[in-house]
Parts: sequence; C-alpha cells; structure tokens
Amino acid sequence: MTVITTSRSTSEQQEVSKDDSMLKQKAMMAKHFDRLTSARENGEKVCSTFVPGNLNELIMCFDFANNLPEVNAIQNGLRKKSGSYVMEAEKLGHSEDVCTYVKSDVGMMAKGNLAPNGKPFPDPDLLLLSYTGCFTFMKWFELLREQYKCETIMLHTPYEGDGKITDNMREYMVKQLKEDVIPTLERVSGVKFDIDRLRENLRRSAKAEDDLVYVLQTGRNRPSPIDAYFGGIYYIGPIFGAYRGTDDAIDYYKTLREEVDGRLAAGQGPVTPDGVMETEKYRLVVEGPPNYTSFRDFWKMFYEEGAVVVASSYTKVGGVYDFGFRHDPDNPLETLADYCLGVYTNRSLPQRVDMLVNYVNEYEADGLLINSIKSCNSFSAGQLLIMREVEKRTGKPAAFVESDLVDPRYFSAANIKNRLESYFQMVDQKRDGSAKGAAA
Amino acid sequence: MSQAQAIIDRCQALYEDLNFTAAREWKDAEPGRKVVGYLPIYVPREIIHAGGMLPLGVVGGGDQLEVIHGDAYYQSYICRIPRSTIELGVSGRLDFVDGMLFPSICDVIRNLSGMWKLMFPEVYSRYFDVPQNYDDEIGGNYYTRELQELREGLEAHCGVKITDDSLRRSIAVYNENRKLIRAVYEFRARQPWKAPAGDVYLLVRAGLVLPVEEHSQLMTEWLAAAEAEDKPLRDNCRVVLTGLFCEQPPLNLIKSIELSGCYIVDDDLLLVTRWLIGDVSLDGEPLRNLAHAFLHQSESTAAKYEPNLEEKGQHLVRSVRKYGAEGVIFASPSFCDPALLDRPMLQHTLADENIPYIAFKYAENSGQMQPIREQAGTFADSIKLWSEQ
Repeated sequence: MTVITTSRSTSEQQEVSKDDSMLKQKAMMAKHFDRLTSARENGEKVCSTFVPGNLNELIMCFDFANNLPEVNAIQNGLRKKSGSYVMEAEKLGHSEDVCTYVKSDVGMMAKGNLAPNGKPFPDPDLLLLSYTGCFTFMKWFELLREQYKCETIMLHTPYEGDGKITDNMREYMVKQLKEDVIPTLERVSGVKFDIDRLRENLRRSAKAEDDLVYVLQTGRNRPSPIDAYFGGIYYIGPIFGAYRGTDDAIDYYKTLREEVDGRLAAGQGPVTPDGVMETEKYRLVVEGPPNYTSFRDFWKMFYEEGAVVVASSYTKVGGVYDFGFRHDPDNPLETLADYCLGVYTNRSLPQRVDMLVNYVNEYEADGLLINSIKSCNSFSAGQLLIMREVEKRTGKPAAFVESDLVDPRYFSAANIKNRLESYFQMVDQKRDGSAKGAAA
Repeated sequence: MSQAQAIIDRCQALYEDLNFTAAREWKDAEPGRKVVGYLPIYVPREIIHAGGMLPLGVVGGGDQLEVIHGDAYYQSYICRIPRSTIELGVSGRLDFVDGMLFPSICDVIRNLSGMWKLMFPEVYSRYFDVPQNYDDEIGGNYYTRELQELREGLEAHCGVKITDDSLRRSIAVYNENRKLIRAVYEFRARQPWKAPAGDVYLLVRAGLVLPVEEHSQLMTEWLAAAEAEDKPLRDNCRVVLTGLFCEQPPLNLIKSIELSGCYIVDDDLLLVTRWLIGDVSLDGEPLRNLAHAFLHQSESTAAKYEPNLEEKGQHLVRSVRKYGAEGVIFASPSFCDPALLDRPMLQHTLADENIPYIAFKYAENSGQMQPIREQAGTFADSIKLWSEQ
C-alpha cells in the first residue's frame, strides 16, 4: 500500500491511502486520455462506444482509439466538473428529467470538450452505438451524431426478457457484426479485418477476466480483503474501458490479484482512503451505480461504520464474468454477442434478483443496500420490487438510498448518512434477534 | 343528441371504465375465450386476434385512478404509467387478462415486464422486442423469428392455434381498421371543427378495448355522422401534437389545447392503432409480411433508432406540411426518456424549417390545465401574429 498526499484544495492537504494497483490504474487512465487527445497528431482515428456492450477487442483490430463517454462523465463527476456541465446542457434545452451522463457529455462539448488532462478531445470518426441494456444509449449517440455529423453504427443487443439468450438473438447479433459493424469499421478505419487479431485480443481478455473474477470473489472471505463497490469501481476500470484485450490489462489484474492475495494472507480488510479497514462490522451487497460527485464522502459513510461491500451489481455492468462467461477466441463473433447479451443491465429483473440473492447467500452478507440513481432507469425502475424479493428470499434486511451519478444536486449527504445509520442499526437488531433465537 | 355524439359518449364510457367491463363481457360471452393485454407503443395485434383472442390495450390508469399500491414500487423520478399499471394489476382490475405484452419502448416498460413475471407468475408475460436494424436479412429475419416465438408462446399458454390462414384473415381485418383510423385522421385534418381532438381520441381509444370488427364499424358510423354535422369553424391555428406516444395525457389536456385556440391536426397518440402506415400484404408468409411492414412501413417515433441523420425529425416536418399545420406542440410525460431525450433533436429540425413550437410536460393525472391553456393560447396568438406579418 502506498500513502500519497493529495491536495483537495489550495488550503488543505490530506493524506490518502491508495493501493499500488490504484496508482497503476491511475497511470493507465492518464495514458488513455493522452492517447485520445493526441490521436490526431499521431494519425489515429477515434471510435466512441459505451461501457456495457463495449467491443474493445474488435475496435482494436482497426487501430481505433476507444473513447467511452460514460468514463468521461465519471471523470467529470469525480473532478467536480459535471455539475456545471449538466446545467449547461439544461440551458441548451435538455430536460432536467433525463440522464445526467448524457447532459454531462453535452455540457462538456459545449464548454470546450476538455479531457481530464486539460486537452480537447478529438471529434470521433465513428460512433459505435452498442445498444446494450440501456435505452438512453440510443438517444445519446443520436445526439452526438447530430453534433459531430460522423458515421454511426447501430449494434442492437436484444434484451434477455425471458432470462435467457436464444439462438435467434445470437444469430441476429452475429449477422449485424458480420454484415454491418465490421464492414463499416473497415471502411472508416481503412484497416482490413483480421479475425486472428481479434482472437488474440479475446485470448488476452479472458486471461484478465480470470484474475478479475478471482479478485471479486475474494469478497467471500472474512474479513473481505476488498471493497467490491467503492474499491471495485477502480478494479473494473481497465477491463470495462479501453484496456480489455490488452497486455496492460493482463498486467494490471495480475498485480491486483497479488496485492489482494497479500491482504488475504495477512487477514487484512480493504484499503480505504483513510488506510486499511481494521474491523469488518457489516458485510453488504450493493445494487446500483455509485454517486461520483461525492464519491469519497459516500465511501466514508461506509468504512467509518465498519461496513464493507462484499459484492455489487455495478461491477457487472460492463460484463458478467462470475458465472462462467469468458471471451472465447474460438468463437470470436458469437462470444462478442454473448458478452453484450449478458451484461447486467441487459438481464431481466428476475435474473437480477437471482444474482443478488446469490451474492447475499454466497458472500454471507448481512443484507442488501440499493443506491438508486435518478439518472438511470435501466437500473432503477423496479429496484423497490428487487429489494422486497431479495429480502423475502434471503431473510436479510435491505435498505434504499437515492442519489445520482454525476449531478451533485441529487446527493444529500445528511439524508443518506441518516438512512445508512438506521440500516446498520437494523442489521444489529436482526443479528441480536437471531442470536437470541439461537440461544433459546 | 346527435349520432356522432352518442358514439363518442359510448367511447367515453369505455374510456372511463377502469374495470374493463366490455372486455370482461367479451371474455365471458363464450367459454375458453382469452384476453391478452399490451402496453404502448406497438404490438402486432393481428397475432393475438388470429388466435381468437382479444387484444386489450393497457395504457395506464389516467386521472381517475387513485394509485395506492403502485407508488410503493417506484421512486419519485419515474414516470406515472408503470405505477398506475401496477395499480391496475394489484387491485384486480386486470385479473381476467391471460397474457401481457411489454413492447420495447424504454427501460421502465422493459423492467416492468420482469416485474410482471415476479408479481403475476400465472400470467403469460413477454417483453416484446423489435429490431433496431431495418435490413430485411438482418433485422427482418430476427423479427420474423421473434414473431414466431410470440405465436408459439401464445399458443402454448392460451391453448389456441394460430394458423397462417387465420393470420391472413386478421391482417385483413386490421388493414381495414387502420384504413378507417387514417380516414378519421384525414377527416379531422380537413375539417377539425367537425372532429374535436377529444372526440377523435376517445373514438380511437375505444379500439383498445373493443373487438376490432366492432371498432371498425363504430368508426364507419362516426365518420358518416360527423361529416353530416354542421359545426362552426373557429379562428384557431393548426398544430401537430407530439410526444404523447406512451403515457396518456388526461382527456382534459387534449380538450384544453383545443379550447385555447389550437386545432390538433395530427398527433402521436395511441400509435398502436396506426403504427403501420400502409396495408400489410396478404400474400405469402404472414409473419414475414408483418416484419416487412414494421421495417419499411411504420411510424417514426422516439423509441426507434433513426439510421439516417438527415431524416431525423422529418416525420414532423412532413406532418406539418401535409396537414397545413402552423406549429408543433411538444407535450411529453414527465420523466419520459424517449420523448425528452428526442425532443432537442426534433426541435432543431423544426427550427431549421422555421416551424414554431412550444413544449411542456404532463402526467396522466395532471389536474391543473390553466398553465397549459395559457401556454397553448399564447402560442396560438403568436402564430396568428407571425402569419399576419
């Protein structure tokens, strides 16, 4: 573990603990943004696409730099810039009711389109609209297309309404890839498609995925050496972003695995911004994305109470790997289809309930906490029923807090803290009740 | 009372009946009859009809349903239609419905399909996906197989047989119904003073609960009766109303717009009734024909991907030109992702064409119409002022 000093403001210096893997990940993110902002001078073309349904292995076959607008919105949230971007978009006529990722992106464009390194993003050469698990994606890229007037490919991922992937769904996706997506990628990039190159990328993906799953599943231990929500967001960064299918990702997940193994062997808990968590008091499963504008404050409300998240659904939004799926180089197009079809938000509500029940049971959690995000109907619509179902099936208490992804107006620290404290009391009472019941 | 008014009164009674008595009576009239509900925007009702079943449009609870249970399932930032639909289900108002179809429109309705499976496991519930790829060999093949899956699902669950011949007959019946709907819309656009928007809405909406044959008959009678009536032409402007394709506005909202000085000459209300803009072929494979019609002869709306940038919003421009409208009113349900995300792009297209527009939001239970009347009235006045220049 490394302790580094960061500056939150000009007048305040604060020590923040970070894993070595977090520092490595930070360097990877910097490299990613440097590549994007220097794409034009390096003669690279840029393809924008989404995290769920991210076909990075395929995009790399055509030498595109991959720009993921959700990642940019997250960065703007963490850097406290998204609030002004969202309001800028609303001034431009976007409704206060809709997704703040979109509005952060639109507002960022209106204010110079600056990447976290301070340099402007290049206009994309291609929008790969991987329409997977989120309706808003479709409108988001229609909006970007209107702005950039660049070529746009729709890749439609059918929804797993009946909780399964059918042959028809897979064939539809493969056909879109073969007859629409790949020919357009070839034409815009000027690079001929090489399926062996795709296989190699997929092989590398699977290797990193093995280590990611290993790390996420260490949450089953007591104490858990990881926080699978707040820490997990760092862990998923490379594999959900522009690094899946690269040697860099393999290297990152190997480092991460060794680091987590080290903590596991030492019986240590996760690393928080205030150091290693000493006492694990509550084990939670969390459903839903986090709030990014007050990310550290939100996390602190948990670790100060000794609450660790042992499993989360958000770390499956860019791919569900913990039930066996791996990118398969022997079936390159079919595996891309299955990957898209299987991402968390493309799964039916009953499937999501099953997953969360499985996490509560397998990870021996004290209960389920839902962070319901105003922006994200894909996650949020139905979460109150999910909560009831998981409570009913596991017998463990659940709780519900509300915030937003990158709109600071929808993060009420006092309300959330209040609800969390009440929830922890509820868990305590449930435990006391169980203990008394067992004694009797 | 005029014959046209008597027909509209009947339609209004159907509209107000939140127990779906007409559909219940249809079901009870013969043993073994089945009813299959569907939400907005579009399902191929021909497939349900071909199995001898009644397709039942479920478009929320309107402004007369007190939502007690439904609110407990949704956060405050989610639109109204899913909560009132849950209310209809939980309160037993849909207890005679054998199947429910949840079309691909947005994430809220999509997730409602899974909620229905959990809450009403005895009901055949299906998320009805449609292609966003409009190539016959890609999206067309996928959609044809999806239709086949729907057909097989209905057959298995409802114990019916859906043959190709019965499908062709049903397609013919719905072609006729769509032709009459188009005639109603054309009539309103020609003589809006004889076809108040509220009346047209009620007339079309009756088709969501009545057997299609009966609805076609009703429209035929109304067209003849309304044409024969003599009503005064008002000094209203002509507008296209858009954004109302899912959660329904209160009837009073539609009436208020007209009362404020705007003749509604086109809208996107109840699109299921005219989603397919031409006749579906009766030759060859019926499911393939339904797929072809969906891909190449269907309405533009926010739930569909528009592959051509230049075409974005042009359906509104065409509607304005075709019906001689002088402006567009964007009325969108609060928290409606499709309508609200699409709106800026559509507005840019209208601005490029110098077509004036206004925008406001509503919920199905909105009660206060005064602000909407004022806004629409001001819009109508400003259009008249501009046109005088």
